Amino acid sequence: MSFAFDAPRTKRFKALVRQYPDRRSLALPLLHMAQDQEGHISRDVLLALAEMLKISPAELFDTVSFYSMFNLEPKGKYLLQVCQTLSCSLAGADLVVDHIGAKFKLKPGETTADGRFTLLKVECLGSCGTAPVVQINDDYYEKMTVDKVGRVLEKLS
Amino acid sequence: MKRYQPILTKYLDEPGSATIDFYLVHEGYRAARKAILEMDAGEIIEEVKASGLQGRGGAGFPAGVKWDFIPKNSKKPTYLINNADESEPGTFKDRLLMNHNPHQMLEGMIIASKAIGCHLAFIYIRGEFVKEARLLETAIAECRANNILGKGIFGSDYNLEIVVHRGAGAYICGEETGLIESLEGKRGWPRIKPPFPAIEGYLKSPTVVNNVETLCNLPHILNEGAAWFRKIGASKESPGPKLYCLSGGVQKPGVYEAPLGTLLETLIYDFAGGIADGRELKAVIPGGSSAPLLKADEIEGLKMDFPSVKAAGSMLGSAGIIVLDDTVDMVQACYNLARFYAHESCGQCTPCREGTTWLTKILARFTAGQGRLEDLDLILEVTDNIGGLIDFSQGSFGKTICPFGEAVAWPVRAFVEKFRAEFEAYLPREALA
Repeated sequence: MSFAFDAPRTKRFKALVRQYPDRRSLALPLLHMAQDQEGHISRDVLLALAEMLKISPAELFDTVSFYSMFNLEPKGKYLLQVCQTLSCSLAGADLVVDHIGAKFKLKPGETTADGRFTLLKVECLGSCGTAPVVQINDDYYEKMTVDKVGRVLEKLS
Repeated sequence: MKRYQPILTKYLDEPGSATIDFYLVHEGYRAARKAILEMDAGEIIEEVKASGLQGRGGAGFPAGVKWDFIPKNSKKPTYLINNADESEPGTFKDRLLMNHNPHQMLEGMIIASKAIGCHLAFIYIRGEFVKEARLLETAIAECRANNILGKGIFGSDYNLEIVVHRGAGAYICGEETGLIESLEGKRGWPRIKPPFPAIEGYLKSPTVVNNVETLCNLPHILNEGAAWFRKIGASKESPGPKLYCLSGGVQKPGVYEAPLGTLLETLIYDFAGGIADGRELKAVIPGGSSAPLLKADEIEGLKMDFPSVKAAGSMLGSAGIIVLDDTVDMVQACYNLARFYAHESCGQCTPCREGTTWLTKILARFTAGQGRLEDLDLILEVTDNIGGLIDFSQGSFGKTICPFGEAVAWPVRAFVEKFRAEFEAYLPREALA
């Protein structure tokens, strides 16, 4: 199965080509767009994007593998990322991780069998003043407690 | 003393402060208009040099001097990159500036662009800030609709485009050459300097990388003048408004604006309401996790500006102040930060890649109660292998391409040297025999 951008993203790609002075600089924007569309960066995505970027698939893989936000494997519909760096840790991030883990019977790094939730412990999300913070897909949930994260998850479940 | 009136966060609590209509009503883009229509590049650089504005990303390098390194009349295009890759643990000010007043930052970018002759500027924003990236796209579209960005801005013959470029989860891309590599679509591996970005930056062209907060100061400097700016704060050498981020064990964590040189005690006890839950202060990380921590008795009378914090043996950095109260386990805290750095080391230089992993493993052993007496000296040896000698009076010199090595070595060293007894208390009884 080959990969292609859908119509709006194709339009966006063409606009980006005009905006940037250099083709390879589009690597991160295109990877974000492809991951938004497909959910992860598959082999087919990698091959297609390398061609669009005019670089070899190996060069693109070199880039992809460096960044924590690009998923080479499918993730759950909801990616639950709990910050574990110092300020969040001091504010009780571990309790939040434990709560989510117990609720879905997940260890960090795992996805529920129905493919809905993936739990990750991540490093500093840059929201230390409202610690602990959980990022669920594109959104930050700040000043989390076990109760509050429980309510957020109820809405998603 | 007259009460300080916030400058950068003046409109923080006002509804609609992120829109161009709000910004224009509050005299927004007056300074950018002046920069484009009435000032030449040299005049802007001189004004900013005279103001004494130091980069707010962490290094505190004078902003005007950085611009002046850009070759005049270069045949290559010149690029401005706004470093919005805010990732230093303890730091959360740039996100606030972008969320509440994106136009102040864009105006700063227009001024900086004119100063260095840039016609295509980038905002490199950390990938996780999806909402902020969208907000910036909206703000840029508003500018284009008002002839503030695009072709012939403000009716001049000056063209300027700004592109929002999202990172993808890598702390090291906050280092300016790592950022440039990342913008070029590669892994964010810092470059060996020289050549500095001012000579060979993005696509081998002259490039300036400025932090969000640095750029936000520019409209105010042009509006009120360099002399006005110099007078803000405790020291004329390190002047201006500053956003301080307080997190950890304080009553009211958050971002507080105060002049540079404000006492750390004022920030902790007045602004942030003191230590939470009636606890005692144990130590403070004054400038983001890369800054060596200071014990409670070391912060008395400490002014928060670049030279003062350096003189105290740490650094102002990003002014990410993490407060550690007397319940904090220093071994766990040290392990937490070592693990962060091991995860974020880009892997390019052996001392850093291997050293951060070693430190994390040794500290994990400690926290599991399996430390060995010789481990304490081993930790110090490894930090030496990564970060070289510690001598703040002579500046940094290290064994790695970028300052990441020092950023992990110095703080870990400070934890062990200042709280050695806590590490020893973690040793199993047989280790002490």
